[in-house]
Amino acid sequence: MTRKHKRLAVISSGMGFLALAAALTFYALGQQTSYFYMPVDLLTQPAVAGDRIRLGGLVEKGSIVRGEGTRVRFAVTDHEHTVTVVYDRILPDLFREEQGVVVEGAFGEEGVLLADTVLAKHDEAYMPREVADSLKERGVWQEE
Amino acid sequence: MSIELGHFALVLTLALALVQTVVPFVGARIGSLSLMRVGEPAAITGLALLAAAFAALMLAYVQSDFSVANVWENSHSAKPLLFKITGTWGNHEGSMLLWVLILSFFGALVAAFGRNLPPTLKANVLAVQGLIASAFLLFILLTSNPFARLQPAPIEGRDLNPILQDIGLAIHPPLLYLGYVGFSISFSFAAAALIDGRVDAAWARWVRPWTLAAWAFLTGGIAMGSYWAYYELGWGGFWFWDPVENASFMPWLAGTALLHSAIVMEKRSALKIWTVLLAILTFSLSLLGTFLVRSGVLTSVHAFASDPTRGVFILAILVFFIGGALALFAFRAAALAPGGLFHPISREGALVLNNLLLTTATATVLVGTLYPLVLEAVTGEKISVGAPFFNATFVPLFLPLLAAVPFGPVLAWKRGDLMGAAQRLHFAFAAAVISALLAFFLIDRSSAFAALGIGLGLWLILGAATDLALKSGVGKVEPAAAFSRFRGLPLSVFGTALAHAGLGLTTLGVVSVTTLQTERILTMQPGQTAEIGGYTLRFEGLQPFTGPNYTEDRAHFVLTRADSVRLGEIISSKRLYTARGMPTTEAGIRTIGLSQLYVSIGDSTNDGGLVVHMWWKPLVTLIWIGALVMMAGGGISLFDRRLRVGAPTRRKAALAAASEEAS
Repeated sequence: MTRKHKRLAVISSGMGFLALAAALTFYALGQQTSYFYMPVDLLTQPAVAGDRIRLGGLVEKGSIVRGEGTRVRFAVTDHEHTVTVVYDRILPDLFREEQGVVVEGAFGEEGVLLADTVLAKHDEAYMPREVADSLKERGVWQEE
Repeated sequence: MSIELGHFALVLTLALALVQTVVPFVGARIGSLSLMRVGEPAAITGLALLAAAFAALMLAYVQSDFSVANVWENSHSAKPLLFKITGTWGNHEGSMLLWVLILSFFGALVAAFGRNLPPTLKANVLAVQGLIASAFLLFILLTSNPFARLQPAPIEGRDLNPILQDIGLAIHPPLLYLGYVGFSISFSFAAAALIDGRVDAAWARWVRPWTLAAWAFLTGGIAMGSYWAYYELGWGGFWFWDPVENASFMPWLAGTALLHSAIVMEKRSALKIWTVLLAILTFSLSLLGTFLVRSGVLTSVHAFASDPTRGVFILAILVFFIGGALALFAFRAAALAPGGLFHPISREGALVLNNLLLTTATATVLVGTLYPLVLEAVTGEKISVGAPFFNATFVPLFLPLLAAVPFGPVLAWKRGDLMGAAQRLHFAFAAAVISALLAFFLIDRSSAFAALGIGLGLWLILGAATDLALKSGVGKVEPAAAFSRFRGLPLSVFGTALAHAGLGLTTLGVVSVTTLQTERILTMQPGQTAEIGGYTLRFEGLQPFTGPNYTEDRAHFVLTRADSVRLGEIISSKRLYTARGMPTTEAGIRTIGLSQLYVSIGDSTNDGGLVVHMWWKPLVTLIWIGALVMMAGGGISLFDRRLRVGAPTRRKAALAAASEEAS
């Protein structure tokens, strides 16, 4: 084999691997992604039972029902529409009323989302409003 | 006062970094040795100034000086001393300062120990280092000043995010940055070589120790981060394919490829252009990682809060360095002399295969990480790409790579013999296949993947051992002679074997946990027992406890073995950090052999019970032990005489290569 042939062999096998990787990637992107919805989106395009989705919103005040064994029931809202979620595991530490949350799962019967993952905000810069305002007046507070 | 001095030192470092960029570069252009030499004192003084700035910030943390905005935002007077110190880099500003400190540490090392480097190469390397440092110092001073004061000073700080109040913060970021930023040296060497228009085997010999050191640190950093997330978050997972994790994993994959292609370049002076490109890409991925983590474009379990101006700034740095280096590459690569020839079945060929698989695997991780961002920017559609995506793309590419690893070291350079290599490995192969079959029939018949993975892990470990045995001539010469040959093997041979065996250990751990772990979620009343993994846990009850800056409810569990031998207590708790009012879960973990029992607790139920999530994780510790073994392998290689930083001159290197060829 000449130098040219060898280079060609290396380049074509490289292309082969890239093609394989691209094929795997397209396949996986078609199969393995879940779409993100806000509750209001579900009014216009209702999700089919069994479809996996990610739902983001706020945990509605007063909606959390704990203490029924390992099962927790709560509602996710964006103040336009509200979705009831059931979760059968341990909630994340920062899961609270009126906090942002992302739940992942599929709709069961009666429009209840059966979640298998609940993500609450992980890093939280908690600060009372008035403190933040006074800091802004002094010009040391940077918007996040 | 020290804060102002720190700030001043930072500004001074920026000025010095600009000098370090311009003067040696001009010197190298016009061939003035005295101008080129300016880079060395500039790099070393820069390190001293940055160390002083960093010390000033750390002092403010230790003294709880809340007049410093950064300290006020991230510290609390009741915090234990260790976390006051580590809190220095547990926030955006401080961690960027650590970033440039480590950058300048590596630059100073080149300045101090690269005595045998040709002066123009050294001058150009230091100039590129200076340019990177200037960009990031400017970024810190303009958008992320850690030395900003508050007037009037608050009495108490807002405390460090409780998740970060852990020994993990003391180890994980510094190790990770030593890895991430260490690749800047490879990058600077590549850029300098392109500026110079000259790349040869000696160049690879100088770059390899830096790459090896960075790679070993990055391996440790990622493993430490993984273990930290595992025990701290209370979800029992060791890897989430989270974008921020991917951000550190991509440079690791590319760095691993670089490490291997540099060997080919050093020994056979082939793959030159490719190695230079990989050096650029590896650090580019580090920069991309910095951008992803620091800019706030990602919402992730790891990302610090940040603001958009920073994102734009880092993006500009990213575009400048990656674009600049690739443009330089495009203009100059053609001018580099082409490398040597080799047969596809040879050690070079095996290393090319390694590179092809590693870079395509890196590409799939890159796509999975960036695709959701790009899609959202272009169409506004929000999707999430998680573990299933990576399992479907990364894993199929990585499995053949793992299977091919043991062949590499036993193939000959230039023209190898696949059948011969297979024969040499027959014992390792047979043992791996037998254990895979045993695993399939004895442990778990439901999962062929578990058996395959266990076989693969053992194949890697036994393959590495076989390589050592072959190189010391076991079976061919007297045992005593073999032993003395074994002791006389170069350290880099042990390094390779350890790194490959470590990869095997990690594979074993990952496969065993993902396929064989068991978990239970249940409500437990005090006195109730639950069985998992052949052990029995009895819930004793909840007890309140007060720590230095938190209060917690501790759930006590008594652990007994199947033969009712008591193994002691597991304590798992819900903690509340009082300063931020932030709760955390402290998992109870008991290591039994190489496996772990992992207990997390949830809410109390109405009838006085407690929600408990427990996992039996067989061989889980091998994941991190394997990474430590890989890191040790890298470290041992680094002490190989042939790799001593800056030791070989061009002539000696050529001689060594010639003598190796002859042997």
